[in-house]
Amino acid sequence: MPDWKTIRADFPVLHQQVNGKPLVYLDNAATAQKPRSVIEALVNYYERDNSNVHRGLHALSMRATNAYEGARARVAQFINAADPAEIIFTRGTTESINIVARSWSHAHLKPGDVVLTTEMEHHSNLVPWQQAAKASGATLKYVPVLGENAEGGLDLAALDQLLTKDVKLFAFTHISNSLGTINPAKELCRKARAVGAITVIDAAQSIGHMPVDVQDLDCDFLAFSGHKMCGPTGIGVLYGRRALLDKLAPDETGGGMVVTVDYKGATWKPSPERFEAGTPNVADAIALGAACDYLDAVDRAVIAKHSNELGQLAYQKLSEIPGIRLLGPTGERAGLVSFAFKDVHAHDVVTFADEDGLALRGGHHCNQPLMRKLGLTSTTRASFYLYNTAEEIDVLVASMRRIQKFFGSE
Amino acid sequence: MSDLSDLYQQVILDHNRRPRNRGKLPTANRVAHGDNPSCGDQCSVYLNLDGDRIQDISFDGSGCAISQASASLMTTQLKGKTAAEAEAMFKDFHEIVTSGKEPEEISDVAAFAGVHAFPARIKCATLGWHAALNALKGDEQPATTESHTD
Repeated sequence: MPDWKTIRADFPVLHQQVNGKPLVYLDNAATAQKPRSVIEALVNYYERDNSNVHRGLHALSMRATNAYEGARARVAQFINAADPAEIIFTRGTTESINIVARSWSHAHLKPGDVVLTTEMEHHSNLVPWQQAAKASGATLKYVPVLGENAEGGLDLAALDQLLTKDVKLFAFTHISNSLGTINPAKELCRKARAVGAITVIDAAQSIGHMPVDVQDLDCDFLAFSGHKMCGPTGIGVLYGRRALLDKLAPDETGGGMVVTVDYKGATWKPSPERFEAGTPNVADAIALGAACDYLDAVDRAVIAKHSNELGQLAYQKLSEIPGIRLLGPTGERAGLVSFAFKDVHAHDVVTFADEDGLALRGGHHCNQPLMRKLGLTSTTRASFYLYNTAEEIDVLVASMRRIQKFFGSE
Repeated sequence: MSDLSDLYQQVILDHNRRPRNRGKLPTANRVAHGDNPSCGDQCSVYLNLDGDRIQDISFDGSGCAISQASASLMTTQLKGKTAAEAEAMFKDFHEIVTSGKEPEEISDVAAFAGVHAFPARIKCATLGWHAALNALKGDEQPATTESHTD
C-alpha cells in the first residue's frame, strides 16, 4: 500500500488555502494536479535539452528527439500498444477523436452506414460523430442508458439489437465523466468486432485511473489527454491499430509528415509521423512520459481501488442528505459522483462550496443530451484521484448539508 | 461566511423563494428570452408596453438563485417605467454588480452589490435585464450571455 501522505506531498498545488480553508480539490475529472517530477521534466527540458526534433544532427536536437521518441515508446508501454508507431501525439482527447471522425469517416462512411455511440457520451465523443454522419450521409444511433438516474448503465440488450452489419464504427466512453459508470469496454469491443465494426474508445477519464491495455481491450482506436493523468495540458494521444493507421489519410498536412514535395504535390510518411504535421508539442510529450512513470510507480491498479472506493463512499454519504438526487451506479463506480438538489442550482452549490475551500464543478459537464434526458439542466460533480482522502469527503458532505439548510424551503 | 452572506443576502434568498411577478403575462405584447447555456440559466421576460411605458411585466425561467432573484427584483423595479428609464436603471445595475458601488437610493438592488466579488456570477445577475432590454427593443434574437463581455 502506498503512503498516501507522501503522495500528497508530491503535489505542490495541494498545499494552499482557499478562502482561509485548506484546499480540497475535488475537480479531477476536469483536470488533475501535477507531481513535482512532471513539473521538473518540463523545466529540465527547457533548461537543458530544448531543440527542434525530427532528427536534427546537433547534440541538443538529438537529445530532444530521443526524449520525444522515448516518450512515445513510454506511452506505448503505458497502454500496452504493440508498436510505438501506433501512438500519435495530439492536443488531447478531443483532437484525437476528431482525427478519426474526419479521416476514417471520410474514407469509409457512406449513406446506409450506421455510426453507433451511446447516450452517455461527452460532447467530444458525440459532436464529431454527428458531423461525420452529416458529411457522409451515414446515420448516427445511440445505445440508451437505463434508469431514471442513469443507474442502470448501458442497455446491453438494446446494444445487441443495434449492432447490425450496417454499423461501421462504435464510439463509446470507458468511464462516464458525469455518471461515474465504468463500461465493460472489452465486451463492447468484442461485440462490435463480431459485426465488423471498428471501435473508438474515449479513455479520457479512465487512462490515469486504472490499467488500460489496448491489446487486451482489442479496440481499434483509443483517445486520451495528458492533463487528466497528472500530465500537462495541451498534449494527448490517439492510439490506432497499425493496420488501420497505415491506410489512413492524414488529417493535417505540412512539414514533418511528408517524404517528397514538389510543386505538383507530396507523398506521406508512415504513422506516426504522418499524423504529426509541424513542430510537435515536444516538452509536454516528454512530461507526459514522466507522468506515466509517476503513475506506474504508485501502481494504477492501486489507484483504481483508492479512487473507486472514494467515489462509492462519497455516493453513500451524500445519499443521506435530504432532498439530494444522485446519478449513476448505486454499487461499484469510478471515483466521481454527480448530484442535484431540487431547490438549489449547481452554480449556487459550487459557489458555497468554494467558500469551504472545496473545488467542485457545476453545470452540464458536456453531457447536455444526457442531462436533458434525466430532466436536469445542471448537476454538481465531485471527482477524486490518488491524492484525495476520506476526510475530504467529510468536508464535502458537511458543506452540502450546510447548503441544503441555507437554501431549504421554509 | 461573511462574503457569501453579502452575496446571498436575505433579499436574494427572499426573491428566490418567493419570486415576484412570476409567470406568463396574458396581456404581453413583447416577449424576449435569455439564456446562459454554459450553466443552464434561462429567463423569459414578458412586457405589456403602452407607448413607451411598461404597463406590466413578468418573468419566467429556471436557474441559479442569483439569476432568478435578479429577474424577480427587476420586474418590481421596471413596472411603470419608460423604456429610457429602464435602460438607465440597467446601466446603474450593471455598474453596481461589476464594481460593488452602493446604489444612490435605498432599495433591494443593494443586495446585488456583493456579486462584484464573484465575477463568474455577474452573467447570472444580468441575464434577466438583458432579456428585458431585448423585449423593449423588440429584438427577435434571444439574449444570451455567451457572446457578451459583461
